[in-house]
Amino acid sequence: MQEDPTAGSEPPRTDPLLRVRDLSVTFQRRGQEATAAVSEVSFDVRSGQHVGLVGESGSGKSVTSLAIMGLLPDRGVRVGGTVEYEGRDLLAMKAADKNAIRGRQIAMVFQDPMTSLNPVINVGLQIAEVIERHRDKSRGEATEMAVDLLHRVGIPDADRRVHEYPHQLSGGMRQRVLIAIALACEPRLLIADEPTTALDVTIQAQILELLKELVADTGTALILITHDLGVVAGLCDEVHVMYSGRVVESAARRPLFASPRHPYTGGLLASIPRLDSPRGEPLQPIPGSPTDTLPWDEGNCAFAPRCGNRIERCTEDTPRLQDAGERSLRCFNPLHGGSRQGTGDGAR
Amino acid sequence: MAPDELLTVRGLEVYFPIKQGIVFDRTIGHTKAVDGVDLGVVRGRTLGLVGESGCGKSTLGRAILRLVEPTAGSVVFDGIDLATLKGDALRTIRRRMQMVFQDPMASLNPRHSVETILTEPLRAHAISFERGKRVRELLDLVGLPKNSARRYPHEFSGGQRQRIGIARAVALEPELVIADEPVSALDVSIQAQVLNLLEEIQDRLGLTYLVIAHDLAVVRHVSDDVAVMYLGGIVEQASSDQLYASPLHPYTKALMSAVPVPDPVVEDRRERILLTGDLPSPANPPSGCRFHTRCPFRQPTRCSDERPGLREMEPGHLVACHWAEQIAAGQITPSEPALETDPDRSGAQRAPAPATGAPTSG
Repeated sequence: MQEDPTAGSEPPRTDPLLRVRDLSVTFQRRGQEATAAVSEVSFDVRSGQHVGLVGESGSGKSVTSLAIMGLLPDRGVRVGGTVEYEGRDLLAMKAADKNAIRGRQIAMVFQDPMTSLNPVINVGLQIAEVIERHRDKSRGEATEMAVDLLHRVGIPDADRRVHEYPHQLSGGMRQRVLIAIALACEPRLLIADEPTTALDVTIQAQILELLKELVADTGTALILITHDLGVVAGLCDEVHVMYSGRVVESAARRPLFASPRHPYTGGLLASIPRLDSPRGEPLQPIPGSPTDTLPWDEGNCAFAPRCGNRIERCTEDTPRLQDAGERSLRCFNPLHGGSRQGTGDGAR
Repeated sequence: MAPDELLTVRGLEVYFPIKQGIVFDRTIGHTKAVDGVDLGVVRGRTLGLVGESGCGKSTLGRAILRLVEPTAGSVVFDGIDLATLKGDALRTIRRRMQMVFQDPMASLNPRHSVETILTEPLRAHAISFERGKRVRELLDLVGLPKNSARRYPHEFSGGQRQRIGIARAVALEPELVIADEPVSALDVSIQAQVLNLLEEIQDRLGLTYLVIAHDLAVVRHVSDDVAVMYLGGIVEQASSDQLYASPLHPYTKALMSAVPVPDPVVEDRRERILLTGDLPSPANPPSGCRFHTRCPFRQPTRCSDERPGLREMEPGHLVACHWAEQIAAGQITPSEPALETDPDRSGAQRAPAPATGAPTSG
């Protein structure tokens, strides 16, 4: 589906670093019907490439990342499909083998830096711990490296800060510490799940700039998970838009933003107030809410109840993800790719 | 300023005491959440108040309604100074100003049906009404289905709950509505619905809005005038078009350049003014201009020892910066963000914060 080698600005490479095929996650609680949180998710990440997963709450983007990392609980969850990292299936791997890859080669940055740092351990030790565990260093060496890392992620006065606890740091600093932990082992793939959602815009800009620089310096591939199309527009080579657990549109970022074809992508872009669009025009919201979805499997499109482009077939058949030129699309009646208005010069 | 101001705020200050001690509480300092704010909201228009978390924008909104007591300054609503009012007089005037809160789940009583929620303000103010009819009118106004009256908040989606919050705010037919982050808790596709609804209701009922938000794009969309707040003070105020076309204050410039635009073409070529560091602690604000510790246009003189007041640089465009003219003329250029790699300087800048024990965010 996504083997198109011309996608993204990267030169074509032989094998992708990460190859996700038909990933599905089903939650099953006793006495309740199973819920498919994610299904039919397939994408590739080549080394050095930045891939964005975009969707609203409930679209399955975070569950996708947790499934890739193997962080979902064993009980009550069924994960299907394959997640191949350098040709080896992470889902079929033994825990010990997985632990050698996780943290070392694939690292993750979570959304809320307060809950993902340990409040009773100083930040230096939290970074050093990772280095000790994965890179065979002594505590002393690891601590020195931790200071370096803090410095690299732009924390001033790193010598002193290394002894501080998370509550002594501001939100932006905590997020920097998380990034330092993730980058401690120079991973080849970084998964960032809403890395800036809890932060203010000026701090968000700092963190995004930092991520961009660090990732470019080390050639790390990035999966960025976010609801913010603006963040994706600035950072990702390729974007997958998710709705209700499935990818509905995948494309390189320029064609995607210039001419969205899936009505959901188009609707999202039209409903966001932009700093550079003409003022006074009413926004065009997507009607209904993300809870007004139909289950995909029962012969319809999940987005049909909210879709302005709905035709009869949308409620009779389940659309499949299909190649449509330079992108893949899950829609029977896509938008006709006219370019969007408002690509003005107003943004500063 | 403009003659037809419904709400005028002058020199408003809200200080929260920082207490210490076990048996006797000693006040060891103050968090200056709002520190000398002047603001005017013209009747029938929307004033947007933007700022980052911790800048005091929510406290300002609450102080206007006297949900928190201001320490000093005056809030004049339709010619009446709210600070002088007590008891019944305050209750009566509060009927004319209402609030929409950020989190609709936290601000709606889960044990009350929508009907009870919507009629509570009417009962509280002892206004007689036709129960069924009024509730139907309100539901219709905010676009909720007619059968919503008997249902409870948990049965609604986030966007619908915010509609209930808005219906409750307009139930008393107020003149001023203060909306504190009305859409930030909602999904992207829902935000536009609520923003459009707010505008529609304003047109229908002739409301005056004060919209408090951190999202510049949202504020720009709904506001006629915009005030930018930083660390307890207003740094710039202008009409929405003016402000976004030519921001004068360095903070506004930085804020606008930080907002991501969902358009790769724009994103790839625009230049960001990256601010260094975090918001300083409002318990121990920097001397002089509050923004000078992070300002890329900082000058050796005045900035660190003289607090700039709001002054009118162009008609209707107020800015609190000593060097706004020179910056606008391009005579002062932003310095490289060297602070980040200069531990001594940034360290010194942040050093006072732990002494007060008040981290800036938390």
